[in-house]
Amino acid sequence: MELIVKKRIKQVLKGDQNAFGEIVELYKDKVFHVCYRMLGNRHEAEDISQEAFIRAYTNIHTFDIDRKFSTWLYRIATNLCIDRIRKKKPDYFLDAEVAGTEGLTMYSQIQTDEPLPEEEVESMELQSSIQKEISLLPDKYRTVIVLKYIEELSLKEISEILDLPLGTVKTRIHRGREALRKQLRTL
Amino acid sequence: MNTCPEEIVHLMHEYLDEELSYEKEKELKQHLQSCEACRTHFQELKRTIAFVQSTSHIAAPSGFTQNVMSRLPKEKKKAGMQRWFHNNPFFAAAAVFLILMGGSLLTAWNSDDKFAFTNNDNVVVEGHTVVVPEGEVVKGDMVVRNGDLRVEGQVDGDVTVINGERYLAGAGSITGQIEEVDQAFEWLWYNIKSAFNELGDMFESDDNNE
Ligand SMILES: [Zn+2]
Repeated sequence: MELIVKKRIKQVLKGDQNAFGEIVELYKDKVFHVCYRMLGNRHEAEDISQEAFIRAYTNIHTFDIDRKFSTWLYRIATNLCIDRIRKKKPDYFLDAEVAGTEGLTMYSQIQTDEPLPEEEVESMELQSSIQKEISLLPDKYRTVIVLKYIEELSLKEISEILDLPLGTVKTRIHRGREALRKQLRTL
Repeated sequence: MNTCPEEIVHLMHEYLDEELSYEKEKELKQHLQSCEACRTHFQELKRTIAFVQSTSHIAAPSGFTQNVMSRLPKEKKKAGMQRWFHNNPFFAAAAVFLILMGGSLLTAWNSDDKFAFTNNDNVVVEGHTVVVPEGEVVKGDMVVRNGDLRVEGQVDGDVTVINGERYLAGAGSITGQIEEVDQAFEWLWYNIKSAFNELGDMFESDDNNE
C-alpha cells in the first residue's frame, strides 16, 4: 500500500490533483475513525478529518518520501484533533451531541423499522458508553489510547506520530489505561 | 485498599505492553496468586483494553473524498489539461480536429490558393516571391502562402512558407524557427500545432493571472 501511495504522492507533486483523490480513498476510513474516537462525534470528526487531508495536500512537499505516509498523516490528524479538543469550551460535551447519544439516536431510527435483537442494542449501548469514557480522558491520554488500541499501532510508531520519546508514550499509555480502568469499572 | 508496592502495578503495565522479562513476569504472577486486590486490578485493566478494542470500526461518511477534493486549492489548469490529454489521447486529437473543422479550416485550405504574405515595409515582391533584400531586417514572424520566400537580409522571427519554397541566401539569416508546409495534411497539422501553442499560451497566462 505504501508503494502505491508513494507513486501517487509523486504524481501529486507534479501537479496531478486527481492522484490525491486515490490517497484520500485509501486512508479516509482510518483517519475518520481516529478523529471520531478522539472527538467523540461524527460531525466534528468529518470536519477535522477532511481538514487533515487538505493540510496533507497543501504540505505534501514537506513529506519525506522515505518515511511512512500513514505516520505523517496520523500526525496531522491527531494534532488537529488535539487543537480542536483544547479550543472546545469545557461545557461542550454537556449540550452537544456526545458520542454516547449517537448510538441511541441511531437505535431509535432503526427501531421504527424493525426491532433489533436485544444483544445488539446492548452492544450499541455499551459501545456508546465506552466512547463516552474515552472522550472523557485528558487529550494526551486519549490520543495514545486511541492510536494503540483502536488503530493498533506500535509504541514506536505512536512515538513517531506524536513526536514524543518512547518513554513518554509508555507513561501516557499506562496512565491512560489506569484512568480508563477507573472510569469503566462500573460497566 | 491497595498496600502493595507501586512496582507491581508498573509490572502489570509492562506486561500489557509485552515488555516484561521472563523473571519479572514470574514475579508478577506469583504476586497475583497471593494478592486479591492486585488480581482484581489486573483483571480490570485487561477488561478495559477489551472494552476499548471492542468498539467497532466506523467508515468515513459517503461523499467524503469528493468533499475533500472540492475543498482543495485549485490545481494549475495546465496540469489538468495535460493529464486530460494524457488520459484521452484519442479524444484529445478528435476534439482538436473537430474544433479545427468547425473553424472551416479545410475549406479555407481548398479555397485559399491565392498568393499571400505577412506585409512588411522591408520586403520586396518579385512575382510570387517575397524577398527580404540584403541589409534589410524584418522584425517579427513571416508567413508566405502559395509563394516563395528568399531571404538575403535578416528575419528576426519565425518563418513559415506554405505551398512554396524558401531560399536562404549566403548572407541571409533567420533567427526563429523555419517551417515549410507543402501539403494539405501538413497545413492541417501546422494549424493544429499553432492551435495547441495558442491553447498553451492561454493557459499559461491564466495561471499568471491567478
Ligand atoms: Zn498486591
